[in-house]
Amino acid sequence: MTELRGFYTLWLREVKRYLRDRTRIVSSFVQPLLWLVIFGVGIGASLRGAVPIPGLNYQQLIFPGIVGQTLLFTSMFMGISVIWDKEFGFMKEIMVAPISRMSIFLGKMVGDSTDALIQGVIVLILGLALGIKIDFIAFLACLPVMLLITFGLVSIGLTIASFMGSLESFGAIQSFINLPLFFLSGALFQIQSLPDWMQAVSKANPLTYGVDALRNIILGGVWQPFQIQPLYVDLAVVGVFDLGMIIIGTWAFTRMK
Amino acid sequence: MPNVIETNHLTKSFNSLTAVDNLDITVESGEVFGLLGPNGAGKTTTISMLCTILKPTSGTAKVNGFDIVKEATQVRKSIGIVFQDPSVDDRLTGRENLYMHANLYGVPPSEQKNRIDSILKLVELEDRADDLLRTYSGGMRRRLELARGLIHYPKVLFLDEPTLGLDPQTRDHVWKYIRELKEAHDITVVLTTHYMDEADRLSDRIAIMDYGKIIALGTSAKLKETLEGDVIIVKSMSLEALSSLVTEKLGFQKTRIVDDSLEITLRQGKSLLPRIVEAATANKIFIESIVLREPNLEDVFLHYTGRMIRADAGKELHGFSAIQRRKIR
Repeated sequence: MTELRGFYTLWLREVKRYLRDRTRIVSSFVQPLLWLVIFGVGIGASLRGAVPIPGLNYQQLIFPGIVGQTLLFTSMFMGISVIWDKEFGFMKEIMVAPISRMSIFLGKMVGDSTDALIQGVIVLILGLALGIKIDFIAFLACLPVMLLITFGLVSIGLTIASFMGSLESFGAIQSFINLPLFFLSGALFQIQSLPDWMQAVSKANPLTYGVDALRNIILGGVWQPFQIQPLYVDLAVVGVFDLGMIIIGTWAFTRMK
Repeated sequence: MPNVIETNHLTKSFNSLTAVDNLDITVESGEVFGLLGPNGAGKTTTISMLCTILKPTSGTAKVNGFDIVKEATQVRKSIGIVFQDPSVDDRLTGRENLYMHANLYGVPPSEQKNRIDSILKLVELEDRADDLLRTYSGGMRRRLELARGLIHYPKVLFLDEPTLGLDPQTRDHVWKYIRELKEAHDITVVLTTHYMDEADRLSDRIAIMDYGKIIALGTSAKLKETLEGDVIIVKSMSLEALSSLVTEKLGFQKTRIVDDSLEITLRQGKSLLPRIVEAATANKIFIESIVLREPNLEDVFLHYTGRMIRADAGKELHGFSAIQRRKIR
């Protein structure tokens, strides 16, 4: 019971802090907007309708990818809160509390994931505003799937941050991970047409299955012939990845001073 | 009275440095126990071990009857801590910080509101309780941290340099709160400080710590008694003559020359001061000034270590330099 309340209170803290940070919320849809409108329309125009998937334009194809990208970048960025807490001494207050490190990690992780989920929802709404069709059932189905995707990604961010001493070093490592994961997730193109080695790397990337799951849901039948895995396999892969990262993250928090 | 804290050869080494060296102390229930010493003496390391943040290299300790290594969770439930550096969430309000702490420490939800309201009143923050912490002054944050440390009714409250970096007026306030909180909650307080006056005003017993060891322990009055009395400081051009006069004619053995004055340690300084002036006048030694000083803890520290508490000890850091300092440590 104490553990559960500890978990809840840490979750609440992350969500409150996020919701109070207006700049972060407002700025959160600028980047996806640029990707969808400028990059999406621009590349789409130069392809001249050569997207190999019947019934989709380029912007529609990359939309689930941009949702995935937002989840990735936001989740990884959340690690910064660990460094911030260390810097401002708050981590000590949490670390001496009589609750387990696992509850501490999970509270923080699920809280940060909730924040990332809110960002994801903002992008979904942005998509609707740009005229991308997402039916109501698909919209609802996206919510748990997005949350599932963020668990593992937030855990990566928190794990790295728990080893880092400064914001600068965290920023450097973060961009090292963000871009390869993003580019190799099939967010911007289909991975089936890639050279073998790149396809292999993409298939080892957990985010690939997250993006594929979102495409399965949002694009539905149009995407099915091109899907990398059926939805349930995508979710299983993401779930296993989450579990692995949560174990590593808890371990990282246990050894953190 | 039962002992709330007992350490047994408690030792902590960092590589070749022994920060805490075979510490054996006992803290009785209900007392205010002061750990006094310069920066780097091992005070914070000692407290960190007792609070289960650091594991001892060797030796053991019990807090509230629980072993600090084997029963860490029980120890954590028994203690409250106010860290040397600020440790509040400045993007939450004062009240939210207290609720969070209450939940982390398993305070029953039905009691949380009452406890928080009454403790906010005690530290006089009820008007600002719903403002974000970032709008608080340093003294207010300190008071909130004191309140936070008590929300779960700990048996022992650890205060690590509770007034470091605060202005004199705020320090007075914080001292007042510490005493009031102690009375109201009937707890044991362990505090570390390098401020002599702080140790003197707050502690029932003081342990003077240097290089990881306790070099003297007792009540403030007892410690001062060991000094054998007062200090008379005489400023004069002819210190050598004055010194031999005082030792040979008047028979005061404890004298030493510091800069341009002579310090004489003796009992009953008040009645002996005129003798010194008379003797000097009779021997045509001109005295520029003469001061009688009753012993303070600084003298006690000097007596045991042969040094003043290090000069840089009182340096106060604010804002960004405080953050930098944390990084270095």
